[in-house]
Amino acid sequence: MTTAKISIRDLYKSFGKKHVLNGVNLNIQQGESVVIIGGSGTGKSVLLKNILGLQEPDKGQILINGEDTTHISGSAREKANAKIGMLFQGAALFDSLPVWENVSFGLIQGQHISRTDAKSIAIETLGKVGLSKDVADLYPIELSGGMQKRVGLARAIAAKPDIIFFDEPTTGLDPIMADVINELIVKCVRDLGATALSITHDMASVRKIADRVVMLYQGKVIWSGSVKDIDRTDNAYVLQFVQGLSKGPIQLAV
Amino acid sequence: MQALLQPIGATMLGFCEATGRFAWFAAVSVMHCFRPPWFARNIRKQFIEMGFYSLPVVGLTAAFSGMVLALQSYSGFARFNAEGAIATVVALSVTRELGPVLAGLMVAGRIGAAIAAELGTMRVTEQIDALSTLSTNPYKYLIAPRIIAGTLCLPLLVFIADVIGIFGGFLIGVYQLDFNAAGYIKSTLDTLKFLDVFSGLVKAAVFGFIITLMGCYQGFHSRGGAQGVGAATTNAVVAASILILISNFLITAAFFGK
Repeated sequence: MTTAKISIRDLYKSFGKKHVLNGVNLNIQQGESVVIIGGSGTGKSVLLKNILGLQEPDKGQILINGEDTTHISGSAREKANAKIGMLFQGAALFDSLPVWENVSFGLIQGQHISRTDAKSIAIETLGKVGLSKDVADLYPIELSGGMQKRVGLARAIAAKPDIIFFDEPTTGLDPIMADVINELIVKCVRDLGATALSITHDMASVRKIADRVVMLYQGKVIWSGSVKDIDRTDNAYVLQFVQGLSKGPIQLAV
Repeated sequence: MQALLQPIGATMLGFCEATGRFAWFAAVSVMHCFRPPWFARNIRKQFIEMGFYSLPVVGLTAAFSGMVLALQSYSGFARFNAEGAIATVVALSVTRELGPVLAGLMVAGRIGAAIAAELGTMRVTEQIDALSTLSTNPYKYLIAPRIIAGTLCLPLLVFIADVIGIFGGFLIGVYQLDFNAAGYIKSTLDTLKFLDVFSGLVKAAVFGFIITLMGCYQGFHSRGGAQGVGAATTNAVVAASILILISNFLITAAFFGK
C-alpha cells in the first residue's frame, strides 16, 4: 500500500462555540488533483489553513509525505512548506515588491538563489503562465485581477513544488479568464507532476481541474467520488450543490 | 449576583488574554531581533523610511519648540530678573524632555500608523499567510527589521532634534532677545552634561522600540477588512503615545529621581 501524499485523519477545529471541522478524514494520492466543494462556512478554507500550518487543529492529524506536520513550527514548518505552492484567493501578492520578486520570493528567501538568477527564473516562470517579461518589473497594483492570478500561479509553481494548493482560483474573474486560469492550473500541475488540492464553488472549475471531488458539509466529508460521478450521484447534498438549487437538504441561513 | 459578576469576570479574562498575547508577541519579536538570519535589505529600507523621511517633521518640530521655549522662558523669567537662565533652560529642556518626547510623538504618528496600516493590510489580504507558505518567518521578515530600525533610528533623530532645538533657541535668544551669541553658546555648553544628552537618547531608543512594537502588534493582529485596519492604526498611535508618556516618567525617575 502506497503512502498518501496528504493524509488528514479525524481533524477537528473550533472557534469558540463554533465547530468548523468535525472530524475530517481525507487521503490524497501522489499526482492526484482533488477539489473540495461545499457552501460558504462549511470549513473548506479552515481545512486548507490547517494543512498549511496557518492554523492549528484542536484534534486530529495531518500527514504530508507520511510525516506528521500537525503541530510543527519554526524551521520544521519552513522545511515542510518549501515543498508546497499556494495560490491564494486574492493572489496575495506583496504590494511592495515588483512582479519578478513576488514570483521568485521563495527562491530568494528559501533557497538563497542570487537575485540575478532568481529574476531569470521568474521571467521564465511568467512565460509558463502566459505573461511576457515586460510584466516582470511592474508592481502588483499595476496588473488586472486576471494577471494578478497568473502571477500568483507563477509564484506557486516557481520553486517546483510537490504539492500545490488552490484557494478559489477563479473567484472574481470573468468566465473566459476563469477558463484560462483553469487551463493553466491543469497544465502546470501536469508539467510538474504535482499533487493538487483546490477549494472552489465554481463548478466549471471543478469539472476542468478535478480528478476527484470531495464535498464538505458541516465540517465533515459527506461525499467523495470521481469528477464524472458528480452528475450521476444520488447524494441529495451533492446534487443540490452541483445544480445550484435553493431547495434541498442544504439549508442556508437567510 | 452571577449576572453582575459575569461581565466583570469576562472583562478580566479578556484583559489577561490580551496582555498575555501582547507579552508573547513582544518576546518572540525581540528574540527574532537577536537571532539570524537578518534581512539586511529590509532593515536598510526601514532605516531610510523611519530615519531619513522623518527628519523634516522632527527637525521642524524641534526648531519651533526650541524657539517657543526661548520666547516663553524670557517672558516668564523676566518677572524675577532671571532672563540669563534662558540658554540653560532651553538646553536642558530640549535634551532631557522636549527632544525625545516630541520626536517620539511625531514618529508615533508618522511611523506607528504607517506600520500598523501596512501590516494590517498585509494581514487582511493574506500577504502574511503567503509569507509563511513561502517558508519565510513573518516575525523575521516584517517585524524584526522594523523594531531594529526604530530602536536605532530614534536616538539618531533625537540627537539631531537636540541640536536643531538648541539652535532654534539660540536664534531667538541672539536675534530677537539681543543676547550675546558667544555668551549664549558658552552658557549652553557649560550647562549641558553627558547625562542630560544620554538620558534623552536612552528615552529615544525606548520610544522607538515602543512605537515599532505597537505598530507591528496592532497591524499583525488586525482583523475584519478596512475597518479593522483603521482600528489597528488608531490603536497603534494611541497606545504608543500613552506608553511613551508613561515610560518617559519612569526613565526620568530612574535617571534623575531621588
